Amino acid sequence: MTKDTAASTAAPDRAPADTQWGLWEVFTQEGEGAPHEHAGSVHATTAEHAMQNARDVYARRGKVVSLWVVPTASIIASVPSDAGPMFDPGNDKAYRHPQFYKVPRGVRGL
Amino acid sequence: MNAENRERGTGNGEPGGYPPQAGGGNGATADSWVPGARPGGATSGVVENSTFEYLLRLADDRLVLGHRLSEWCGHAPILEEDIALANIALDLIGQASALLKLAGEIEGKGRTDDALAYFRDAIEFRNAQLVELPNGDFAATIVRQFLFDAWDVLLLERLTAATNESVAGISAKALKEARYHLRHSAEWVRMLGDGTAESHARAQRALDELWPYTHELFLVDATDREAVAAGIGVDTETLRLAWRETVDRVLREATLTRPKDGFAPRGGRTGRHTEHLGRMLADMQSLARAHPGATW
Repeated sequence: MTKDTAASTAAPDRAPADTQWGLWEVFTQEGEGAPHEHAGSVHATTAEHAMQNARDVYARRGKVVSLWVVPTASIIASVPSDAGPMFDPGNDKAYRHPQFYKVPRGVRGL
Repeated sequence: MNAENRERGTGNGEPGGYPPQAGGGNGATADSWVPGARPGGATSGVVENSTFEYLLRLADDRLVLGHRLSEWCGHAPILEEDIALANIALDLIGQASALLKLAGEIEGKGRTDDALAYFRDAIEFRNAQLVELPNGDFAATIVRQFLFDAWDVLLLERLTAATNESVAGISAKALKEARYHLRHSAEWVRMLGDGTAESHARAQRALDELWPYTHELFLVDATDREAVAAGIGVDTETLRLAWRETVDRVLREATLTRPKDGFAPRGGRTGRHTEHLGRMLADMQSLARAHPGATW
């Protein structure tokens, strides 16, 4: 409980030391149908401002066709202490991986 | 107009009697290391070739403003804006380079874009005075950029229809860039004008100081008219109303007040500049002049 409160007051939209502007995460798409991938972050005061800064910092040289900007505070992130419970268990159970299963002879289109 | 045309000659190579060949100490011997850097007679303000002259007007606005913006590199208020201003500077300098290259070809004296950028003196520059003014504070840089961008978008929209394919092509590429420049500078004018008391006061002061210099953007002389007739130019007077609409709308949103018209300095288009251009060029041209012909 205490820990949760501490985490929420340290929300990432709080002004970092070097600027009064909020932080935004930038996602770029490099071709139609491709996924939007996280490129980095920018500081900005408004959504339009964030979009422009994202364009100038991350989209000028590449083949970017689409941009998303998201207030950093809107991202719900796992915390490092979750890593064990959330991500470890799968690896020792081979049957959870598709490679575990042999494809029967004669099956096509898999 | 025709009479002026005849007086000026048709611009086919040899300059007339004035000024005497190779004025001052800039004779051919001093030029030999930069091919075509200073062909004889090129240092005068006399119009020989209106197409060349007009292209210089288009190019020099971009070259000078681009250099002014580049002065912010490493000094802008925040990293993101530092990159944004450098991006715009590079766009403008790229446009200038393409236009100067074309101007050099049309002049036909072997001058390259670099020769035209780095080996002309202030009196040979044809930019409007607005773009050569010192950057001032961030508000002044942004307001100047906005006033220019709003004009530039309208100008380039027309120039894309130029009958000269090179001019139309350069303009089409530049127009995409200019639309983004306007989006960026207009948004900043809104943020500064409708921001804090301090940012509002600075933006209004910048607007008051820069406003007189906007009038020159809409002046039309014989060179412009010849360029229009030749299918490479725009009668900028016809852009004024649309420009006012854009400016008024953004200023309203920014809670800024459009200054009254009055003082309207002019002269940049014929080589008469403020004292600031010479100093800026001394800085901009020093490297190329200290190491002529250097490549990097």
